[in-house]
Amino acid sequence: MARSNRPVSRRQAWWLLTTALTTCLPLAPQLPPWLSLAAGAAFIWRAALTWRQWHLPPRWLLILLVMAGTVGVFLQYRTILGRTPGVALLVVFLALKLLELRAARDAVATALLCYFLVLGQFLFTQTIPTALLACLTVLITTATLLAASDDRPQPQQQLRRAALMLAQALPFMLLLFVLFPRVQGPLWGIPQDRFSAVSGLSDTMSPGSIAQLSQSDAIAFRVKFKDAVPPQSQLYWRGPVMPSFDGRSWRVAQTQGAYAEVPYPEIGSPVDYQVTLEPHGKFWLFALELPGTLPPESALTFDYQPIARQAVRTRTRYTQRAWPEAMAGANEAPGILRQALALPTDGNPRMRAISTAWRTQHAGNGEAILTAAQDFFSRQLLIYTLNPPLLGADMVDEFLFDSKRGFCEHFAAAFVFSLRAAGVPARVVAGYQGGEINPVDGYLVVRQYDAHAWAEAWIAGRGWIRIDPTAISAPSRINSNFATAAPAGAGLPFLARSDLAWLRELRHRLDAVTNGWNQWVLGYNPQRQRDLLSSLGLNEPDWRSMTAVLSVLCGGVMLGLTGWILRNRLRVDPALAAWRRFTARLARHGAAWRAWEGPLAFAERAARLTPTHAKSIHEIAALYARLRYEAAPQANDLAQLKAKVAAFKP
Amino acid sequence: MVAALRNRLREAFVRWALRVRLPEPAPIVLTQRRVYVLPTRAGLAYAAALGVILLGAMNYNLSLGHALVFLLGGLGIVAILHTFRNLALVAIRPGRCEPVFSGSLARFDLVLDNQRPDARTSLRLFTGDEAPLEIDIAPHASTVTSVKVLAKKRGWLPMPRLTIETTWPLGLVRAWSYAVPDLNCLVYPAPAAKAPPLPWSGESARGSARDGRGADDFSGLRSHQVADPPRHIAWKAVARQDGPLLTKLFSGAAAQQLWLDWGALSDAIDAEQRLSILARWMIDADAAGLAWGLRLPAVQLAPDNGPAQLSAGLRALALHNHGAQ
Repeated sequence: MARSNRPVSRRQAWWLLTTALTTCLPLAPQLPPWLSLAAGAAFIWRAALTWRQWHLPPRWLLILLVMAGTVGVFLQYRTILGRTPGVALLVVFLALKLLELRAARDAVATALLCYFLVLGQFLFTQTIPTALLACLTVLITTATLLAASDDRPQPQQQLRRAALMLAQALPFMLLLFVLFPRVQGPLWGIPQDRFSAVSGLSDTMSPGSIAQLSQSDAIAFRVKFKDAVPPQSQLYWRGPVMPSFDGRSWRVAQTQGAYAEVPYPEIGSPVDYQVTLEPHGKFWLFALELPGTLPPESALTFDYQPIARQAVRTRTRYTQRAWPEAMAGANEAPGILRQALALPTDGNPRMRAISTAWRTQHAGNGEAILTAAQDFFSRQLLIYTLNPPLLGADMVDEFLFDSKRGFCEHFAAAFVFSLRAAGVPARVVAGYQGGEINPVDGYLVVRQYDAHAWAEAWIAGRGWIRIDPTAISAPSRINSNFATAAPAGAGLPFLARSDLAWLRELRHRLDAVTNGWNQWVLGYNPQRQRDLLSSLGLNEPDWRSMTAVLSVLCGGVMLGLTGWILRNRLRVDPALAAWRRFTARLARHGAAWRAWEGPLAFAERAARLTPTHAKSIHEIAALYARLRYEAAPQANDLAQLKAKVAAFKP
Repeated sequence: MVAALRNRLREAFVRWALRVRLPEPAPIVLTQRRVYVLPTRAGLAYAAALGVILLGAMNYNLSLGHALVFLLGGLGIVAILHTFRNLALVAIRPGRCEPVFSGSLARFDLVLDNQRPDARTSLRLFTGDEAPLEIDIAPHASTVTSVKVLAKKRGWLPMPRLTIETTWPLGLVRAWSYAVPDLNCLVYPAPAAKAPPLPWSGESARGSARDGRGADDFSGLRSHQVADPPRHIAWKAVARQDGPLLTKLFSGAAAQQLWLDWGALSDAIDAEQRLSILARWMIDADAAGLAWGLRLPAVQLAPDNGPAQLSAGLRALALHNHGAQ
């Protein structure tokens, strides 16, 4: 069309510049600084061009700049594929496209690029503020698209029209969002970079690694219990199990296989719950001890930790059942027990001496040694603190006998060491303990500062038994929560402080909103879609039935909108309608009414052509002329006209 | 090859779209059944962009990406409805159409009615390959617009098929319709640039003694022709207004009659050229205020002067051998 070749007007250029700026600003933190600066310079250049009405830069210069930008992105990331480099490239293109606005077609291309970059924002964050910002960007971009086709209206008019059109698009969006058959990504392998460093547990534990996490109030996962919430002291969320010890750090075992099903018998009463796990980039899934079922696409390691087949890079939801009273590992494999006894040959001589004493005293009776160790720990009067002193080479000895101050990893490590030295198989379990119920939506929220480490000992005939050495010295850590256990003024994360009641209340509300957003908007995946549609009575929904329902509903909305669009078509003046019926009848008899003819002149001519009806033709024309042109026509003129036209049958 | 096929298809579509009896009675209301909607090139690009965004949203499991695609998809549907609404139920009424000379632009006046309480924006009207006219119509109002078409041949020029289209508001979809308003333009033959001097009838029926081209009394001016004697050039008139050379005409008798006779022109001149010469004579004679008569094989006009005589004469020339008068 000739229209798309029209040059871009000044006003359109301003619109495009505003849109590009709104689109790129939220992306700036994700981009390398040089790119943000370069894009800013391009925007300023564009503004100057528009302001001063200078000529656009020559095409060869733009091609050079595009090449330079691409090379820059490549040098920055060593690739141009993937999330961040892709977004960076799009920003380069957008900034330079602004300098190349020759025709209306370029304006449309720019607007499409902006829509694209809104998706780019979602690659980095999908919070409620991001969504609101994206709404604003889409609004402005749509107004720009409007201005690209007609730039005469004022900006606020364009924005109002864009808002109206987007509001009309909302029903379609809601229907499609709920009913469009969802596919679980990824469709291809690129999203490796979807996840970058996020705080969380790691697969090694050394002194201070968990204490570091206690500074973060980021959410690790949320739990919805089917029935009553178990007591706080039972909420041990099992994470990485660390049997191997090198004298300083504890490490996850390099296992070769995993159980496909839970290997221990079900005892006691189960606890059912659903976990919504925030992405952490590792394979493990957290479960209440002991896990009774396995989520799909997961397995159980030989030390009873559920792990997913793929690293958790997106928010993941799974249903679980726990058996709090189950006993695991009654017939444990010798290799695993051997690993749970391994110690470095030297180091920590004081603890070793005590443990050796236990061993001889209790003749290798595991249960008795365990009791002795617990007694020993409580006698030592250890202090639970967020800021333990730094420890030297013999960490266990220094902690137990000298500083006596430590965080949960010190307790767990020292306890496991003491048992191993006494010949009782033991290992460190990392994970989370406790959590906080949000009274607004009833979800249990587990944050990073709930990270914890405890010990597990193997007793012949009973299997693995959980012992939390921290609870021996600081029972409040386990029975209430982390914040009450930690001494006041210990530099707690803001949200862990319990002294500001109104703040906690506000936080609970905000978190409930965020959780609802995560559960229902961001977490609306194929599984949730199936559940929702089943609960709406659409049994076993497959893509066919979903498409059918979707088409019917969208068709309904279309009809509604179309009705609105053509709503005022029948508002034709009744006198004119009657006159049209009359002239249409006459037209069939060779006397067609010409638009420029007055009614009386037409009657004159029509009467000559069809003399037999001359009288009624004149009457009708006179009535119509009165209705049309007289200031105050008589009340029954219209009824008379209608009657006469109805009776007129030439 | 492809272009030819596309043209054939388009013609077939237009024939189907305009299956009503032609020409259509006024007013032509563009009802929803005759308004067609298809995406523009920008609309196709928009759809492709949405497809790519959807793939990205699926691949990265971006719920908000899905929401974005669905919102923009809904916007596309809403754009179809708005574009359609912008054109549907516009009424077209034929207006006036003044006769023109062949070779110039015929202007077909059309009245477009908008009975809706909101404006119609950026409607484009065009016929054939002419550059489109862009108009707006205010709420509850009418707009008069004239479509210009080059008149190539004398006779009746029916208004060609009118395409009326709009891509407002987003430019993603194009709604269009066809109409053939009942309008005809009378096209006069183009006046010959070079014509013999006015045929003062030495052989006139009345056997006037005096030569019509006498040099006694000044009777008027006409444009200069190469064969005119230089001393008859109206130098004063040329000096007054900076225009083409004019030749002074003189007549010997006040009641001299001028017959513009088809038969008097040599058979060697082809028919259209003869009509052109006659048209030139009529215009010159009218400009000089002379009374003149016309003799065509089928029509004869008694000598007279004035605008009515001129338009009757030109009309007779336009419709010469056309059957319909």
